Amino acid sequence: MSNVMDSSSVIAAASAKTAVIDKKAYDAIPLNKRHTTWQRVVGIILGYILMIAAAIFVMLPFVWMLLSSVKPNNEVFAVPIKWLPSVWHWENYANIWSKSNMLLWTGNTLLLSVVVTFLQVFTGSFAAYGFSKIRFPGRQALFLTYIATMAVPWQAYMIPQFKMLSAIGLSDTRWSIILLQAFGAFGVFMMKQFYDSIPEELSEAARLDGLSEFGIYWRIVLPLSGPSISALAIITFTNTWNDYMGPLIYLRSPNLYTIQLGLKQFISQYNADYAMIMTGSVLSVLPILIVFLIGQKYFIEGIATSGMKD
Amino acid sequence: MSSQTASPAATRRHRSANEKHAHAITRRNTRNGLLFIAPNFLGFIFLTLIPVIALFFIAFSRWSAFGMPQFNGLTNWKRLGGDKVFWAAFGNTFYYSLVHIPLTLIVAFLLAILLNSKLKGRTFFRTVAFFPYITSIVAAAQVWSMLFDARSGVINQFLRLFTSHVPGWLGSTQWAMVAVIIVATWREAGYYMILLLAGLQTIPHTLYEAAELDGANAWQRFWHVTVPSMRPTLFFVMVTLTIGSFKILDLTLVMTDGGPGTSTLVLAQYIYRVAFEQGDFGYSSTVSLVLFAICMIVTLIQFYYNRSKED
Repeated sequence: MSNVMDSSSVIAAASAKTAVIDKKAYDAIPLNKRHTTWQRVVGIILGYILMIAAAIFVMLPFVWMLLSSVKPNNEVFAVPIKWLPSVWHWENYANIWSKSNMLLWTGNTLLLSVVVTFLQVFTGSFAAYGFSKIRFPGRQALFLTYIATMAVPWQAYMIPQFKMLSAIGLSDTRWSIILLQAFGAFGVFMMKQFYDSIPEELSEAARLDGLSEFGIYWRIVLPLSGPSISALAIITFTNTWNDYMGPLIYLRSPNLYTIQLGLKQFISQYNADYAMIMTGSVLSVLPILIVFLIGQKYFIEGIATSGMKD
Repeated sequence: MSSQTASPAATRRHRSANEKHAHAITRRNTRNGLLFIAPNFLGFIFLTLIPVIALFFIAFSRWSAFGMPQFNGLTNWKRLGGDKVFWAAFGNTFYYSLVHIPLTLIVAFLLAILLNSKLKGRTFFRTVAFFPYITSIVAAAQVWSMLFDARSGVINQFLRLFTSHVPGWLGSTQWAMVAVIIVATWREAGYYMILLLAGLQTIPHTLYEAAELDGANAWQRFWHVTVPSMRPTLFFVMVTLTIGSFKILDLTLVMTDGGPGTSTLVLAQYIYRVAFEQGDFGYSSTVSLVLFAICMIVTLIQFYYNRSKED
C-alpha cells in the first residue's frame, strides 16, 4: 500500500506540507491544543461506519461475481442465499475457453487497446506541446474549439460519423475502432495541463542553444513527462478495453469481436448458465483490474489533474 | 543553470530584433505549432468536427440506409413533436439526470470528505471505491441484473428481512429506472470522488483554522470555506457529470434495453434504435441534434453561473 500513500501525498503536494508545519506550530501553544470532545469521538466512529458501509456496497457485486463463478449452477440463485459454494467448480475457468472464443476476443481487444493507446499518447502529447510551448496567432482559438467539443457527447454525432466511416469502407474493420479512439481531445487537454507546469525558460533556453522544436519536445519535454504519459496511457488503455458502443456499432464480423461484444453475445447464448456467465465476467474484468492495480498511482493522479483548472 | 543565463540574453536579442525578424519568428512558430498539432487535429476534424457540422444538415433531411440525405425542411421536426416514444425518452433522460446528478455529487462529496480526514485505511478505501469505474459496462450490468433479480436476487432477499412488499426492479416499469440509477451511481461515484478529493486537498488548512477562531461551526465552515474554495473543481465536476448523465446509453442498453416498455428508454438509445434498428438515419440525426442542444444549453448555463459567482 506504500505506493498509494505516495500518490496521495503527491496530489496534496505543497498544501499538505505547509498544513503539517502549521499544525505543529499550532499545537505547540498549550492553550490551543484541541480537546477530544465527545462530538469528535462520535464523528470519528460515524466516519468509520460510513466508510465500511460504502466499502461493502462497492465490493459486494465483485465478491458475488467471483463466488458465483465457481458455484454449481443451481446455487447461484438459491433461497436463502448461499454465499459459499458447496462444491468449488474451479474448472469453469478452464472450460470457458472451449465454450467461447474468449481467447480470440481477448487478443482482438489487446491489439486494439495497444494500438489506440500508442496513437493517442503520440498525437495527444504532440498536439499538447504545440498548444503549450509554441506561441502562434490563433492558438487560443484552436484550443477553445477542442475544449468546446469535449462538451459534445459522442452519442450526439455517432450517426453522421458512422455514415462517414462506412462511406469510405471502414465499418466492420479494426480501423474504425482505432480511428474512433485515437484522436481524443482528452489526451491533448491532459498533457497540456502538465506541459503548462514546465517552466517556459527551459524550452526557451534550448531554443537559443539551437535545438529544433522537435528536439526540444523529444529531448527535454518528453523525458520530463513520464508520469503524465503513463497516466494518459493507462486511462486510454482502460477506455478502449471497456468500450462497448464503438465495437457494437462498427464491428459485425464475429472474428473481429472485442471482449465486451463477445461477452454480451456469450451471455445471450448461455442465458441460463449463470455460473459460466459470471466466469466470463470475471475474466473480462481481471486484466483491467491488474493494469489498474499496477498503475493506479498514475491513473488516479491523471484523473485528479485533468479536473484541476490551472 | 542555463535558463538563468539565457533569459537576459533573450530579452536583449528581442529588443535588437527588427520587425522583419519578428515576422519570420511568427511565421516559423505558426508553421511549427501547426505541425505539432496536425496529427491530432486532422483526426479531430474528420472524426468529430465534420460529423458535428453534418448533423445540422442531416437533421433536416430524409436519409434511409442507402443513398444521400435529401433535404426535407421541417418534416422531421413536425414528426418529433407528435412522437410519443421520443417524448418518453426525453422525459426518462431528464428523470435519470435529475436524480443521478445530485445523488452522485452528494455521495462523491461525502466520500471525498471522508478520504480527506485522518481515518485509518482510507488509502485502501480510495482504491476500492475506484474499482467500479474501471469495470466494463457489460460485466457490471450483468452482475447487477442478477443481484436485482426480483424473486431470488441478493437485494430482494435482503429487503424481505424487513418487508414483504419488495420492488420488482428490472421487471417493473416503476422501479427499473431506480435500479439503473443505483448502478450508475455505484459505478461513477468513485471517479468524481477522486476529482473532488484533489480539489479538497488544495484548500489551505489555515482557512479552516481562521474560520474556527471566528466561531464558525462545521456546517458553516463547509458552506463558507470548502464550497467557495472548490468552485473550479465543482464546476468541472458538474459539467462532466451533467453531460455524462444526459448522454447515458450503454448502461441502459445492456441492463434493460430500454424496457420494460419504454420505462428506461433514454434519448441516446432512441437515436441508436431509430438509426440501426429502423434504418432511418435522417430522423435519428434530428433526435441527435436535440441531445446536442440539451448538452450545450446546460453547459452554457453552468458556465455563466460559474462566472457570475467568480466575480
